[in-house]
Amino acid sequence: MKCTVCRGPAVIDLRRHNANFCPEHFLRFCRDQVVRAIDDHGMMAPGQRVLVAVSGGKDSLALWDLLVELGYDAEGMVIGLGIGDYSDASTAAAVAFAEQRGLRLHRIDLRGEYGYDIPTASAVTRRVPCSSCGMSKRHLIDKAALDGGYDVVATGHNLDDEAAVLLGNVLHWQTEYLGRQEPVLAERPGFPRKVKPLVRLAERETAAYCVLRGIDYMVEECPMAAGNRHLRYKAALDEIEAASPGTKHAFYFEFLARAADRFRPEAAAAQEGLTPCTSCGAPTTGEVCAFCRLVERVGGREPVPVELVRPGRRRGKARKAGAAT
Amino acid sequence: MHVVLRNPRRELDLAGPMSVAKLLGRLELNRESVLVIRGDTLVPGDAVLADDDEVEIRPVISGGLA
Repeated sequence: MKCTVCRGPAVIDLRRHNANFCPEHFLRFCRDQVVRAIDDHGMMAPGQRVLVAVSGGKDSLALWDLLVELGYDAEGMVIGLGIGDYSDASTAAAVAFAEQRGLRLHRIDLRGEYGYDIPTASAVTRRVPCSSCGMSKRHLIDKAALDGGYDVVATGHNLDDEAAVLLGNVLHWQTEYLGRQEPVLAERPGFPRKVKPLVRLAERETAAYCVLRGIDYMVEECPMAAGNRHLRYKAALDEIEAASPGTKHAFYFEFLARAADRFRPEAAAAQEGLTPCTSCGAPTTGEVCAFCRLVERVGGREPVPVELVRPGRRRGKARKAGAAT
Repeated sequence: MHVVLRNPRRELDLAGPMSVAKLLGRLELNRESVLVIRGDTLVPGDAVLADDDEVEIRPVISGGLA
């Protein structure tokens, strides 16, 4: 198999683009896709301060690397989620990446600064771990971006992420969520501007980018995400993609072109009436925001081991763990 | 060839030569969901893996909803 560009030996075939690439031209392809995403959606401009939400996984490290390569002033932020060895190794990957490149990485530890971790939050609230995890990360990234005066937050959501979320939102007709599933979320009072520069890259491509750039990312999957709905949607889309390359791209980008604007009013309506949290000042629909309520409820609890809150046997064990704390 | 699969980690030995596409088919793996790495670099679907190759099959799907 030869590189579509230079006819040298190819290392990866991208059937959705009907193209094969050698390492040099694959890396150029990735940069071009990110530049196009940034330009097409007006994500950010040179000279702006960017805060990259970093997990230690392939997407966020590829994103950080690409933005730095493209000349952006990009700093990282990683959150210690307390998901056992997985979180320790993920944070270590982010720290090593930053140190090797002399980049600034901000660190927050949920247990150290807020008195809880994700397994404990899941056990006590009896909700899926991804719920408290996503909410905590969004709150803390927003806060860090606003407090630090960053112009924009960049997240590592890729094409597979967006297509899977879109599939879930369509299957359940989550019209409010459909109205804000775009590559750019504009800055609003209490919320920083957020952008997704990897939306034109599939996660097979971000993983390949890391391998070819020598980025030592966290390969293992989060033990608390195993078997979740989002992964099932991705697997279903991959089955379709294998039979019909390009389907994921068409699904997401044709949604943006043809349908996303129809749902914007519902998303906008949901934002009306937000008032500052009486505890932290973040926008909320109630008196106290979800993050502060979570901290109030689970902060200071004894840690619940990851093994007791794994998906599939979470509820029964969680009750026991929650009752014991 | 010696094949290492990740998430969860498994190892197996298979006779070569065999193409990457055939290997993935034999293991019932979707080529959209994995990378195949020989040594320290990627190999495309039509690459032929030799009997003495060390191969890693790395899943690329990751799961959180944040």
